[in-house]
Amino acid sequence: MSLSSLGRSCWRFSRLRCTFTPKGMSLFSWLCVNWNTPSPVHRSVCVKRVHGSTSVFTDRCYEGLYPGHIHTTALQKTLLAVGSGVAALHDPYRHDMVAVLGETTGHLALMNLRDKMRNDPEGFTILAERPRIRLSTLDLKEMASLPDGSLGREYLRFLEDNHVTPDSRADVKFVDDEELAYVMQRYREVHDLLHTLLGMPTNMLGEVAVKWFEAAQTGLPMCALGAVLGPLRLNASRLQSLFTSLGPWALQNGRRARCVLSIFYERRWAQSIEDLRQELNIQTPPVTLTATKRRNI
Amino acid sequence: VTAAETAGRSGRRLAPSTCRCFGDAAGDRSTHFGFETVPEAEKAKKVYKVFENVAHHYDTMNDAMSLGIHRLWKDALLHAMHPQPGAQLLDVAGGTGDIAFRFLEYVRSQRERQRRRAEDGEEAGPRESGAVVCDINKEMLKVGKRRADSAGVTAGLSWVAGDAEELPFDDDQFDIYTVAFGIRNVTHIDQALKEALRVLKPGGRFMCLEFSKVTNPVLARLYDAYSFNVIPALGEVIAADWKSYQYLVESIRKFPDQEEFKFMIEDAGFFCVKYYNLTGGVVALHSGFKL
Repeated sequence: MSLSSLGRSCWRFSRLRCTFTPKGMSLFSWLCVNWNTPSPVHRSVCVKRVHGSTSVFTDRCYEGLYPGHIHTTALQKTLLAVGSGVAALHDPYRHDMVAVLGETTGHLALMNLRDKMRNDPEGFTILAERPRIRLSTLDLKEMASLPDGSLGREYLRFLEDNHVTPDSRADVKFVDDEELAYVMQRYREVHDLLHTLLGMPTNMLGEVAVKWFEAAQTGLPMCALGAVLGPLRLNASRLQSLFTSLGPWALQNGRRARCVLSIFYERRWAQSIEDLRQELNIQTPPVTLTATKRRNI
Repeated sequence: VTAAETAGRSGRRLAPSTCRCFGDAAGDRSTHFGFETVPEAEKAKKVYKVFENVAHHYDTMNDAMSLGIHRLWKDALLHAMHPQPGAQLLDVAGGTGDIAFRFLEYVRSQRERQRRRAEDGEEAGPRESGAVVCDINKEMLKVGKRRADSAGVTAGLSWVAGDAEELPFDDDQFDIYTVAFGIRNVTHIDQALKEALRVLKPGGRFMCLEFSKVTNPVLARLYDAYSFNVIPALGEVIAADWKSYQYLVESIRKFPDQEEFKFMIEDAGFFCVKYYNLTGGVVALHSGFKL
């Protein structure tokens, strides 16, 4: 099978709703051909790029469009979306399932975000340079020496107070476009910075507030789901705080703020948070939440 | 069992496939790893990594993927085996111990039945049965040992790390050799079959449960759709590991069909080789004797 016909069949899988049954072919057999395509057809083409890999999952020689990419058909994505949704509801601390849910349901929202980034000069630079926020790319000493109230210092403080690390973000696996996969990865890595910008800790209330902001900003279905279901795990007083002050503030600011993925944070560590908030059109939070132990509701 | 245990402990070796490759330029030869082509020397390492990753979710995934039917397949194996008290079993690639547990339970109930029928004062049998679980993967063995401990099954059971292609046992040791859903992961299946012949006593039985070719075309299509779509997705959701389950599903397709495997078993030197299809050919039970 040539690459071009393979490409056509891959396109066909993702646009399954829009295709039609060719004349002379029963619906059942057409379904069998299109839903049942063994991934070997795709893998046998990709595999030719793999030479001398020394381990099963190596970054150097990989199949797919980017390291860690796993090609999936529309049916597989649907199964993954349902399965990961159930798993994430059952155990919200299964971050990998939340990640998979986001990847399998976020195609339209990711395209939208990518277009927003392209239309912004700073966002365009990010798409071109592809910066990554990882412990290996951050100069922690320099950030620690920045003044209080600066983005870099406050981000570091956030990481320490909440005992989190930027390296805990899962890699993107199921997005079938290399640029969109980067946008998804960038969204994940910017999440902690959003916590810092919005002044929200990583307890349940803080996470829900950030999810409301992200749902309004990005339109990712996973954020919307988290925004709707997250409050179910809050106690009465926190629910009240969410619905009366934090929630409306998060939604309003999410809608009117500039696209947070279009900010080259790595070049703005010295900038003051207040300054950055003004530039992004984000108001100061109405309630100050303090960092508490994880799993605190 | 005692002899096997001693042989196992003293003769335990590391996976020898890397040693063999220096001798005969096996690095040039390639084999399949699922639908990928890899050098032969690498396949064992890759398979080891797969089972190391899946070991802790292995039993849960088996139940989820086969909807519990794997228990019926293993019960069918024991029923066909019909072991009698005193039999010595070697379960190769037996990892988490499913076959060994069933074997011990079966002979225990057989022994109970014999005792009930025996005249007063008669002994039930000369020897106790024993099961040796041999697996190349230490993680799988760890999971199996933990299961045995929590079920309180210790008598007559031993755990040995070993390679199916070079078993750490002497010749003519066992009455029954079983390999359930393991032989398709071995790099040189013919070598594993020769080893099976070697360690079996004359009159001993070789039994293999393995995924095979589905004969019915409609069922085959459904089975393919299920295998390639549902199973890796289940692997991702339950075990957070898509690729290992993709490999497992692909390795099933690369394994020879019922007739071809039957010829391979006969080539290794077994007699009266038969196979029985279970679940429409999804699984085949092959059986042969060393005469």
